[in-house]
Amino acid sequence: MALGYNIDHKLYQPEGKEVRFTDEVLEKVKKIIARYPEGRQKSALLPVLHIAQEELGGHLSVDVMNYVAQLLNIQPIEVYEVATFYTQYYLEKTGKYVIEVCRTGPCAMCGGEDIADYLERKLNIKTDETTADGLFTLRRVECLGACGYAPVMQINTEFYEFLTQEKIDQTIENLRARANEEKPKDSKWVEKFF
Amino acid sequence: MGRKILLDKVHIPGISTFKVYRDNGGYTTAEKALKTMLPAEITEEVKKSGLRGRGGAGFPTGMKWSFLDTRSNNPRYLVCNADESEPGTFKDRYLIDNIPHLLIEGLIISSFALGANTTFIYVRGEFKPQIGILNRAIREAYENGFLGKNILGTTYSLDIYVQSGAGAYICGEETALLESLEGKRGNPRLKPPFPAVKGLYDCPTVVNNVETLATVVPIISMGGDEYAKIGVGRSTGTKLMSACGHIKNPGVYEIELGLSMEEFLYSNEYCGGIANDKKLKAVIPGGSSVPILPAHLVTLTAQNTSRSISYESLSDGGFQSGSMLGSGGFIVFDEDACIVRNTWNFSRFYHHESCGQCSPCREGTGWLEKVLHRIENGEGRMKDIDLLDSVAKKIEGNTICPLGDAAAWPVNSAIRHFRHEFEFHIEHPDIVKNIKHGSLEKYRTKNTKPRTKNTEITESL
Ligand SMILES: Cc1cc2nc3c(=O)[nH]c(=O)nc-3n(C[C@H](O)[C@H](O)[C@H](O)COP(=O)(O)O)c2cc1C
Ligand code: SF4
Ligand code: FES
Repeated sequence: MALGYNIDHKLYQPEGKEVRFTDEVLEKVKKIIARYPEGRQKSALLPVLHIAQEELGGHLSVDVMNYVAQLLNIQPIEVYEVATFYTQYYLEKTGKYVIEVCRTGPCAMCGGEDIADYLERKLNIKTDETTADGLFTLRRVECLGACGYAPVMQINTEFYEFLTQEKIDQTIENLRARANEEKPKDSKWVEKFF
Repeated sequence: MGRKILLDKVHIPGISTFKVYRDNGGYTTAEKALKTMLPAEITEEVKKSGLRGRGGAGFPTGMKWSFLDTRSNNPRYLVCNADESEPGTFKDRYLIDNIPHLLIEGLIISSFALGANTTFIYVRGEFKPQIGILNRAIREAYENGFLGKNILGTTYSLDIYVQSGAGAYICGEETALLESLEGKRGNPRLKPPFPAVKGLYDCPTVVNNVETLATVVPIISMGGDEYAKIGVGRSTGTKLMSACGHIKNPGVYEIELGLSMEEFLYSNEYCGGIANDKKLKAVIPGGSSVPILPAHLVTLTAQNTSRSISYESLSDGGFQSGSMLGSGGFIVFDEDACIVRNTWNFSRFYHHESCGQCSPCREGTGWLEKVLHRIENGEGRMKDIDLLDSVAKKIEGNTICPLGDAAAWPVNSAIRHFRHEFEFHIEHPDIVKNIKHGSLEKYRTKNTKPRTKNTEITESL
């Protein structure tokens, strides 16, 4: 069954790659599915998509979505419609660190736009692009619920507040240094966040 | 000093852990409720307290609970709304960061009152650190016998799960939230039927905000009548205000309802006045969705009486000269802020976040964004101002959920109070095109110091 879908005039198609959670992660995913009443396993879709994105390549390819559909015993289209609705699911390959700068009013009026512009110049990419070394993707997102600490951004699961250009320089430098030595995470993170 | 009943213990080191929370009297109210009270008695206390929903709409919580269909044989659910995405609002995050067990205790008492054996906390997907904190708190509560089977030796059992959203403001709307929880797109449902009759999995469901459910703890602890003595009139109790924008002390403050706007905005205990000692231009007192108040209507009402922070006083004057308490997201603009730009920014937000089900909202928010963008960029025409007003009025009241209204009100009110700024933009395109907005250098202020910055939480996870 080769399903694909079309969004923004772009056709996404399966590559036919075999994707699969490790046994350890699969065990945890099954525990999440078991939270919901009989016949309501689709409720696990949002959490499982988060886990799939993290574990299976950093974005949701059609193969990954088809795999999730099969796990939850639902139609692939049910997964596509959800994956395309929520902004935290990435349909395209992203960098190792996804930098999300808040662009909504309270941040914007305290310098949020400057911060995002500065990052574009610093990383030499436009918003929604990824650096050539595959390290950073820059996005502008809506209110992150931290307006009193404006301007703010989030990089993967970490928050950065009261941003200045110096703080950005420091952060990017730290991440570049960390990128190589970072250990692959064990499956414990699933329990922590889901 | 106003009275604090939610944040009174946040300064205690380690209060985010079970042990310290318990040592400081935590979970004694849950014990009292489960061991000595009937579910109906708890609901009765909540009714007497006069507590109104803290998520934005201000609907009386006790009344909402009493609508729950108890005749059906289906399971009942309590769902805690921790989607917190209304621009300007960051109070629930603060509560979870600092005193997560207060929320868990509130959930235990409320679930027991409602007869729910499964409770979900729907947390916006961006709040990963908070999800970690909640999961840890829940695990501790299980380990100590406050969750699970036969809690404290009673016949009552409860499981609490944290469910992560994935980035969608609309999922804060309660029926969109339920759809999302069922693994679907966040499309709000037509009401009726209301969740109290047909909610999660078509079962009777109550959806309440984080702050609302945490407040159940002090209410049951002191009794509904005592709680009702706090605050003013029908605005009982305390409220968490999250203050941001051009003020000296941005942060989260617990205030007793009825506190004057003057004191909240200017006293050092709260916002501390306008940053850089600039003058005030405007305040949005309850999150991006509520009408903006120009400086002369912030501390005073149109009748020249003092304005205070309560449901009634903030809406004094209706949409002509008042606003709403909303979620308590308090956004302050100094004299240099551009109202047109901010209105455009918010319209862009609502357009981006519209779920797209209803044409007036889907198309109307797009038009608002487009027309505001052109005015903001010096390409507007005089008749655009009335066009905006008329588009906004056509959205209002014609949609499935209140996001449509939330998109329309800020535009209507900005035009009502700041028409001259819109006109200026249209008359002076050259000036407008060259303004640098909200730049870092300009707003970074030496005297801005947050009073309530998040503690070491993220590291300690
Ligand atoms: C577009 C929209 C977004 C909303 N976002 C939130 C939110 O993030 N958090 C929240 O508690 N309530 C939000 N609400 C209000 C909820 O629909 C609901 O009224 C509330 O959760 C009920 O809880 P309460 O009675 O305790 O306030 C939102 C409503 C709308 C229309
Ligand atoms: S008003 Fe907007 S967000 Fe609400 S249901 Fe309609 S289209 Fe969706
Ligand atoms: S506006 Fe940036 S966090 Fe709210």
